[in-house]
Amino acid sequence: MFLIECPYCGEREQSEFKAGGEAHIIRPKQPTELSDDQWAEYLFMRKNIKGMQFERWVHTHGCRKWFNVVRDTSNDIIKAVYKMGEKPPTK
Amino acid sequence: MTKNLRVKTSKFVDETYKISFKFNGTTYYGYKGDTLASALLANNIHLVGRSFKYHRPRGIMTAGSEEPNAIVQLHKNSPRTEPNVRATEVEIYEGLEASSQNCWPSVNFDIGGINNILSPLLPAGFYYKTFMWPASFWEKYEYFIRKSAGLGKSPTMPDPDIYEHKYIHCDVLVIGAGISGIMAAKTAAQNGFKTLLVDEKPYLGGSTIYQNSEHFKINNQISSSWLEKEISEIKKFENLEIKTRTSVAAFHGYNFLLARENLTDHIPLEQRNNKTRQRLLKIRAKKVITATGSLERPLVFDNNDRPGILLSSAVEKYANLFGVACGEKNVLFTNNDSAYETAISLHQKGINIEAIIDNREEIDSKLIKETEKNNIKIYKGYTIVNTYGYKRINKVSIMQISKDGQKVVGSKISITCDCLGISGGWTPAVHLFTQSGGKLKFRDEDQVFIPNIYSSDQISVGSCNGDFTLDEILSNIPNILRNFLKVKKTDYENLEVYSSFNKSKRNIWLLPSDKVIGKTKPFVDYQNDATAKDIKLALREGFRSIEHVKRYTTTGMGTDQGKLGNMHALGIISETAGSKMGELGTTTFRPPYTPLTFGTIVGRNVGEYFDIFRKTPIHSWHVKNKAEFENVGQWKRAWYYPKNGETMHEAVQRESKAARDSAGILDASTLGKIDIQGTDASEFLNRVYTNAWSKLAIGKCRYGLMLNEDGMVYDDGVTTRLGENHYIMTTTTGGAATVLGKLEDYLQTEWPELDVYLTSVTDHYATVSVCGPNSKKIVSQVIPDLDFSDENFPHMSFKNTKIDKIKCRVMRISFTGEHSYEINVQANYGKSVWEKCMEAGKDFNITPYGTETMHLLRAEKGFIIVGQDTDATMTPIDLQMDWIVSKKKYDFIGKRSLYRSDTIREDRKQLVGLLTENPDEVLEEGAQIVADFKKTPVEMLGHVTSSYYSPNLKKSIALGVVRGGKNMIGQKLIIPMENKQINVTVADPVFLDKENKRLNA
Ligand SMILES: [Zn+2]
Repeated sequence: MFLIECPYCGEREQSEFKAGGEAHIIRPKQPTELSDDQWAEYLFMRKNIKGMQFERWVHTHGCRKWFNVVRDTSNDIIKAVYKMGEKPPTK
Repeated sequence: MTKNLRVKTSKFVDETYKISFKFNGTTYYGYKGDTLASALLANNIHLVGRSFKYHRPRGIMTAGSEEPNAIVQLHKNSPRTEPNVRATEVEIYEGLEASSQNCWPSVNFDIGGINNILSPLLPAGFYYKTFMWPASFWEKYEYFIRKSAGLGKSPTMPDPDIYEHKYIHCDVLVIGAGISGIMAAKTAAQNGFKTLLVDEKPYLGGSTIYQNSEHFKINNQISSSWLEKEISEIKKFENLEIKTRTSVAAFHGYNFLLARENLTDHIPLEQRNNKTRQRLLKIRAKKVITATGSLERPLVFDNNDRPGILLSSAVEKYANLFGVACGEKNVLFTNNDSAYETAISLHQKGINIEAIIDNREEIDSKLIKETEKNNIKIYKGYTIVNTYGYKRINKVSIMQISKDGQKVVGSKISITCDCLGISGGWTPAVHLFTQSGGKLKFRDEDQVFIPNIYSSDQISVGSCNGDFTLDEILSNIPNILRNFLKVKKTDYENLEVYSSFNKSKRNIWLLPSDKVIGKTKPFVDYQNDATAKDIKLALREGFRSIEHVKRYTTTGMGTDQGKLGNMHALGIISETAGSKMGELGTTTFRPPYTPLTFGTIVGRNVGEYFDIFRKTPIHSWHVKNKAEFENVGQWKRAWYYPKNGETMHEAVQRESKAARDSAGILDASTLGKIDIQGTDASEFLNRVYTNAWSKLAIGKCRYGLMLNEDGMVYDDGVTTRLGENHYIMTTTTGGAATVLGKLEDYLQTEWPELDVYLTSVTDHYATVSVCGPNSKKIVSQVIPDLDFSDENFPHMSFKNTKIDKIKCRVMRISFTGEHSYEINVQANYGKSVWEKCMEAGKDFNITPYGTETMHLLRAEKGFIIVGQDTDATMTPIDLQMDWIVSKKKYDFIGKRSLYRSDTIREDRKQLVGLLTENPDEVLEEGAQIVADFKKTPVEMLGHVTSSYYSPNLKKSIALGVVRGGKNMIGQKLIIPMENKQINVTVADPVFLDKENKRLNA
């Protein structure tokens, strides 16, 4: 069980959080203008990488805020945590 | 057979404290300090069980938690019975009862022993290959396999013991209290770290503490005396907590560890009541020092599994720690110096050694010289080629090994014995290290895996780090600890160490034999009966990956996870396949290190503490009025209120009829309630519901469906506009938390520009729902000041009002199809409002009804229950609820998905009503629906989702999903049941009052 640094509350145990899947997938502004394939790309396609992954987490049993995490899926080490709307760290 | 093999008093065993215990029904004696294994050995008992596959007699093999054979059942037929316990770990107490497991009818005469004779027919993968065909025979095979094999029996009575969980936070956790662990813990504590030291054994000091030998000295003291002083010193530190009988089960990432602390397993049963038996420690450590030591390796040769064959280090430990001789004629077989330590210890205690067989030819060390001085015969360059004796070893035959180690030469020599100690060198106990995500490296010189890359702030010290000799350990530790703990110095700089141990070793994974391998039984995994022959067979059959070989041969898959034999399996694979050991990798060591009881895992979360349950403010009234309860999520909801011994069916029929004929009352407090405020509240609702919200007038209510982005129905409920920028949303009881979570997700991540605030107010309000033709008369008595006329208070509207001085919100909304009102008050007034309604409704036979009647009433009206009539594959169109999907709105969650090629298919499963040919026949929910039996395979069209007998319609009604059902109204279908077929007709899902006359009555 890892420790996650909530950008609003500080370091807490994983059991207080819920994972919300891949980050930086933006809901299309005009869904009705998309083809089935384009919509399916948004709806279903997710990366499943071994290594650095950008993902969303929510502090469910805390401040209820969503934020982003950069996690190495091969060893669960969290490289960065940043708020919604902030730019992902480049390195 | 019974003999006393207690040779000399040991200071670790209290000979003034005699303990009686039973093994397989016979009473024996031991002393305080004994384990079940040491006490049995003192009574000259080696045979304790039968092996899993061949049912071969097996004896005690080790003196620790790695034991593969001596697995027993404690206290058979007692609620405290426990299977699969290692006799080497059980401390004896007065009244202990243990029995052998894998044998029937008894350990001495076992029917399954026939498997041993049949063993040429039982190669690796035998069960898979033979019993999987024909499939229909499997049940028969399984019966016999289960009866004659199988491990222990699980208890059948409730566990009377108490277990608990405890969180521990510390700066430094030290795992293992051997010499390395003691030094690490002392250094940490001295430097102010909050330190926790744990060890699985009841004493501190590991194997050094009983190493009473002139051949191992520290600062000119015998190593055990030196260590005793260190131990007495560490006990003085206030910032150092020591926990014995505590076994680390799991080492997870981020230095999170689970350990089991045994508190009462070593005391008599009658003293255990009201005490905590075991504690699961959840440890968060800033730094972890692993000092788990190493496990001695067996040697792999023909018939290396007979009772009386033990690890050489175990023979030494039984002599030194417990004062027990494992035999009267001992033979040792080794590839390294360890067996000579054993020999010297045994000799000191006056225990006879017949011979030492050493596979090394040219050897020389102080230990060997000392052994030779004592006139112990050493066969250098020899190997054992076979052993004899069915239930106890009585002879070994040995031959010389060729220079290349590939074959045996010369003639056979026989040596009689009743105990054989074997030593194949040492394997670092890296299980916890690898569990934590650490990466190993292979050290070629002595063929061991040692820690290489750490995944967290941790270090391994001592023999688990590959430092096997006293001088290596002591010279490396100061440096390691200084760097790891970042301290200037330790107490252990420049210790003067004297160690007679020579590191030379001749590693041969599978020792040569005079027979072809097919005719031998060299066991690699004792518990699962996997031999070197099986591993070679697996490789011949094309298995290459170590993980595949493991599963095919079951090597390492027993309760001991192959702690003894895994390295040999790897070695034999690499030799046979010609690959390098280091490149082969290892199998994964999974938690727990040793088995955990279920009690420890669940702790106090049993019975009514299994999960929290939520009660409404009116709960005590339901209890008093004999309601039966139903679990809905964590809520306890009144299910029905049986009167005068009514069955559930009778009660529900009565309640349903009363609600439609006059008045019913329901506790609806569990519905999720979300308070929505902000200038963009209307826009927000537009985006999350399928229908339009901007034009909803203040004071009006509207039903809404919420979809997932994939277009599937997610939740439903009525939302009321309380003010210009203020709404109250209701959700299903079970969906409250997830709906709030989903709405927050969209607000925070997709639409942060919206000015909307969400607050869960589910627990803040109690909701009393009164329905039926007389509901208006009743509620207007409770709230006399409010104008209940249809003009002032029409269906789907809301009023702020007061009952006495208490503010309340009244909605005229209906889930039953009847004229009805929902009164919401601050939770603590809920019960009083309920009682007021009951009082006012007396003259109208107001009838409290539960969830079952609510479900029946809404089914009559064709209202869906999300999660019962829908699963995650139903769109609003599938539900025939097209009317609720706005065509005008540009976007809402899930809109685009409603015209994907898949969601517009005409033949999707659609919600329909089902009427049975016989109106008294009630369908089973979940039953399959078909049209045609003649066409095979029979095509399943759908299933029944809701089904009731309607007392108001006087017939059976059901809802179901049917492929293309929308266009099948009037068509006949079949519900096939076990003994009959039920004919049904597809109907409109609204069975009652399609015109909504009752709502507005
Ligand atoms: Zn937080």
